[in-house]
Amino acid sequence: MILEVRKLRVEFPTRHGTLVAVDDVSFSIAPGEVLGVVGESGAGKSLTGMAVINLLEPPGRIAAGEVLLEGRRIDRLSQDEMRRVRGREIGVVFQDPLTSLNPLYTVGDQLVETITTHLPLSHGQARERAIALLKEVGIPGAEARLDHYPHQFSGGMRQRVVIALAIAAEPKLIIADEPTTALDVSIQAQIIALLKRLAASHGTAVMLITHDMGVIAETSQRVAVMYAGRLAEIGPVRDVIHAPKHPYTVGLMGSIPKITPGAHERRLVQIEGAMPRLNAIPPGCAFNPRCPHRFDRCLVERPEPLPAGASQAACWLHAAA
Amino acid sequence: MPLLSLHGVSRDFDVSRPWLNRVLEREPRRFLRAVDRVSFTVAKGETLALVGESGCGKSTVARLIVGLYTPTEGRVEYGGRRMQMIFQDPYASLNPRWRVRDIVAEPIRVLKLADEKDVKGKVAALLRQVGLSPDDGEKYPHEFSGGQRQRISIARALAGEPDLLICDEPTSALDVSVQAQILNLMRELQQRLGLTYVFISHNLAVVSEVADRVGVMYLGRLVELASAAQLFNAPRHPYTRMLLDAVPDLAMSGKARTPVAGEVPNPLAPPTGCTFHPRCPLAASLCRAERPELEAGVACHAVHGRIPAA
Repeated sequence: MILEVRKLRVEFPTRHGTLVAVDDVSFSIAPGEVLGVVGESGAGKSLTGMAVINLLEPPGRIAAGEVLLEGRRIDRLSQDEMRRVRGREIGVVFQDPLTSLNPLYTVGDQLVETITTHLPLSHGQARERAIALLKEVGIPGAEARLDHYPHQFSGGMRQRVVIALAIAAEPKLIIADEPTTALDVSIQAQIIALLKRLAASHGTAVMLITHDMGVIAETSQRVAVMYAGRLAEIGPVRDVIHAPKHPYTVGLMGSIPKITPGAHERRLVQIEGAMPRLNAIPPGCAFNPRCPHRFDRCLVERPEPLPAGASQAACWLHAAA
Repeated sequence: MPLLSLHGVSRDFDVSRPWLNRVLEREPRRFLRAVDRVSFTVAKGETLALVGESGCGKSTVARLIVGLYTPTEGRVEYGGRRMQMIFQDPYASLNPRWRVRDIVAEPIRVLKLADEKDVKGKVAALLRQVGLSPDDGEKYPHEFSGGQRQRISIARALAGEPDLLICDEPTSALDVSVQAQILNLMRELQQRLGLTYVFISHNLAVVSEVADRVGVMYLGRLVELASAAQLFNAPRHPYTRMLLDAVPDLAMSGKARTPVAGEVPNPLAPPTGCTFHPRCPLAASLCRAERPELEAGVACHAVHGRIPAA
């Protein structure tokens, strides 16, 4: 396993008590594997990603659990040590490419800086590598584009540059947080194809965080569904999409609009209500107020991930009788 | 008699540099044509969706219809009484300092649709109609989630008793389960009140859920206009096919997705002829020279058989 997360808990201490934003989340990612992490806003998917790379905004902190990169704990490293891990061993791609790029430096300067920081290469060699990287992520005219500034690139091309930066030091793990959300569909398809190719050809593990199930279906081998800071379901992508086991996943899948004949004659599946706020997570199963199948146990006892087919679902419906 | 018709509507925006720069650097005025000779009609009770990528002019069309912009050329004809607009961002489109009851009552008061003594009852009925409680009228917008705010926007729009609702990406800012609630609500209201919708969206799957007819826009032009059934089953314009191919396949049928090459060109210097030709697999010399007009629902030289087979 490249990445192993065990019983991760992220807390935000506030004046009105401690908010638990991520609670008891465990998963792992193998080399070359793309793990999709889906959930609606506030489900804790981005915070999980930020906790893995130790970039939680204070006062947020990891309150419990372990994060292991190739068997080595990285959640206890100092900021200096962690800075060497980020970039060298873990690459990061955010939603908005402009926040990851410095507008005052050319794309080439930024690539060369990243490469020389992490790899023992001379400036000239780093420049060669920068050109190779831009070519690899599909930027036409890489030699000339090296001396351009971020604002001279289109949105899709900028995201390619950010991906080039993320893979510059050949990291073992890439964390991509909504990498295609700011892009148009046609560009989105190009970026997805690129991420997929990189994971396969370099054996890089990818944690793909998104709210878009379609992107996950196209890219991931396994998918983790988050709800109210907890893992609702995790399993092979085909099973989670076609035979979801957790009632939340069932509702989520049904509410996604699909291009099918006669689509506008039928109603979309609706999950009543809304996800609870962090300060009002109900006892027992966090989904119980909205769940059509809830019974007594769901109101008092919190379900652990339980085997359900090829997946695991945190739902008492799957408890062995 | 259609409820709404657009006849060759165009809209230019002046993107010239400041006067002094133009004089000193001898630059001419520059115009960006955001909407280029768009014509369509919308019948009473139907939903027409306009789809396209960012910058294709779909939101400008919405603003031209409601009169927030005036057309540079062409004309918009409307045969109904009133129209209302629902915006994308439910955080920006509600005044944070007004109570919900005043937000919803504003169109009633401005348009003098009821006596002041009846306003309260009307507001309560409107809130109930969109799935909120009449007590919610006492609260302020910040006390609501994104989905509930969009319900408030819909209640406000309905308060003006419109025949036509222009919805500009009404669910794009919402989570998918909330989006389903809002789309279902809009459908119910349409059936109950006989509303007509012009629905602007970049999301083809959402469009397939709501639309009776679909117009596809590219760089300010309408390139295909067809019934939803026809457009999704047998898309004709190469751009429409490309867009449909690019939609992530949730069914995981394993159908090979063809990532489309290239990007939307700069609208300040659009390609000659058919603006899609630099990205089009069927492009020929005719496409570079001559603009195809919308004929029988599609604007493409190749589809109309004007390109000799190679």
